[in-house]
Amino acid sequence: MSGHKLLKLWSSGRSRWRLHEGISRCGKACYSSCIPKVCIVGSGPAGFYTAQHIIKARQDVDVDIYERLPVPFGLVRFGVAPDHPEVKNVINTFTQTAKHSRCSFYGNVNVGKDVSVDELQQAYHAVVLSYGAEGNRSMGVPGEDLAGVYSAKDFVGWYNGLPNCRELSPDLSCETAVILGQGNVALDVARILLSPIDSLKKTDITQPALEALAESQVCRVLIVGRRGPMQIACTIKELREMVNLPGTRPEMVATDFEGVAEALKDVPRPRKRLTELMLKTALEKPGEKEQERRNKASRVWGFRFFRSPIEVLADPSQNKIAGIRLAVNKLEGSGEGVQAVLTGEEEDVPCGLVVSSIGYKSLSIDPSVPFDSHKAIVPNIMGRVQQAAGLYCSGWLKTGPTGVIATTMNNSFDTARSLMEDMDSGMLDLSAAKPGSQSISVLLEKRGVKPVTFSDWEKIDNVEMTRGEASGKPREKLLNVEEMLQVART
Amino acid sequence: MALVTALGRLAHVRLREYSRRTAAVSWGAFLTGRRNLSTGTQPLRSENKVTVHFINRDGEKITVKGSPGDSLLDIVINEDLDFDGFGACEGTLACSTCHLIFDEEVYKKLGPVTDEEMDMLDLAYGLTDTSRLGCQICLTKSLEGMVARVPESVADIRQSKDGSS
Repeated sequence: MSGHKLLKLWSSGRSRWRLHEGISRCGKACYSSCIPKVCIVGSGPAGFYTAQHIIKARQDVDVDIYERLPVPFGLVRFGVAPDHPEVKNVINTFTQTAKHSRCSFYGNVNVGKDVSVDELQQAYHAVVLSYGAEGNRSMGVPGEDLAGVYSAKDFVGWYNGLPNCRELSPDLSCETAVILGQGNVALDVARILLSPIDSLKKTDITQPALEALAESQVCRVLIVGRRGPMQIACTIKELREMVNLPGTRPEMVATDFEGVAEALKDVPRPRKRLTELMLKTALEKPGEKEQERRNKASRVWGFRFFRSPIEVLADPSQNKIAGIRLAVNKLEGSGEGVQAVLTGEEEDVPCGLVVSSIGYKSLSIDPSVPFDSHKAIVPNIMGRVQQAAGLYCSGWLKTGPTGVIATTMNNSFDTARSLMEDMDSGMLDLSAAKPGSQSISVLLEKRGVKPVTFSDWEKIDNVEMTRGEASGKPREKLLNVEEMLQVART
Repeated sequence: MALVTALGRLAHVRLREYSRRTAAVSWGAFLTGRRNLSTGTQPLRSENKVTVHFINRDGEKITVKGSPGDSLLDIVINEDLDFDGFGACEGTLACSTCHLIFDEEVYKKLGPVTDEEMDMLDLAYGLTDTSRLGCQICLTKSLEGMVARVPESVADIRQSKDGSS
């Protein structure tokens, strides 16, 4: 340590500022006689960012994170695409939080089944529900249950090793795949379906998915949306990845873009750049080099606009899908309120694979927790669950299933701030000590449930990374809960 | 005798400073998930350093020094600056949490923005014409004394409430 560095820390006042912040946050409650105990349900980004903020804000709070699976990190592990490893760097900060002396991780505990939210509320001063959105919106059309139709949630779960998706075995022997929805998840699915197999080999994609994709015949992917180019929900990074995807060429319908260039004048920069890239890809004549690249490409992808699914068509002899019937829409209204309206026209698209990527959806896990089944969220104001003292929510369960990790991070910090305010103001009664994990552990033991600790997870982590090394992958994920538990117990 | 006492006092101070620094390093590492690897490798000569002023979300000015070649994210991490959620993806252009705002003059000196950076910057809350991602700005001597403002990362409904917490 250089003398220069030490002196600076002493005189900078920064550490004093942080200390001051800490005191102003915990106010008189700093001197409460008991340790405030907070329980968080769900160990994805919402759970961990909420925990991180609470632990940082008050020096006396203990935070316990409960997770249904033996492994933590939620959609960072099971949602983020295998070819986006940088996005998963947040796992490092979550790991730091989990290893903090005032944080404990309890995996393999199913809240709602192994223990109720009521029981958690009795054991903890506050409970934060951060269990995300494990369901998906359905298209609500006939034929949706045919073989060959999958929700994006399941398809993504399959290539990312979510235990209850391992039997999906999607049939990739068809040429054309249709994806409904044009958000980033839809683009992830398209990209994974069309990526050169060599670029997937070095990722943490599961081995069964890799093998299936190596045999895949899918060479044309249509990404279909109800509305027009200006309403597309994906972001530019993901679009650029498709445009630059080796071995593929874009194929769009020029008339879909009528009037779009003119409408761009007053549009904010992010939407403008995204639309300009789309216009360029769809309409501009490529340079010589790009034209050559496109001529050699064996795989095709494209957006189709103004189309909604009405029916999945079955192949009568094989009880699997033969195509999808789409309604043709037109747009009414303007600005944010633009709506798709039926024109009466229809169009049939032959295909062998349909992936519905129209949104994840939260589910109610405990009848005692208020749940808005229309919006599929827990009703709340700034993270405080309505009509439920001591109950909070963060992440997608709080706001609905949209947004990137940073969105969830801010959302979680917001809930943590509400919680801190309530502790400071006395809204949350901290006068009586609560048993926290002590009583919950007893309950779980009685019920034959053995939690997985964070160091148990690290054993699983090490096994996965070691297995991955053999094939040049960052990890080879364990694909079922039994195997995870087996390793955890070694 | 005086020398021994002086040395003893110095040793005492250094020991306290060491534990404070280690605590700060591990705290910073706890917040950002990164170990402070550069502590031991920073040049000791102060004329090689560039002063940077950060304005945090509370409006406070924090002055630090970095070495030419350090990114602004590197400095935030190395100096354990306590910005909530800053640098989530650890400088890999996979998020927009190291969003910083500059004044016109400084912005012009920062050089061209790549498409890759612009793509992620486009997702930042409160984007301005003089916004950049801190992980992509590397210090040079010409940026001596630069000011970088850390913007709000979300619309804070609380700002309209009476501050009674």
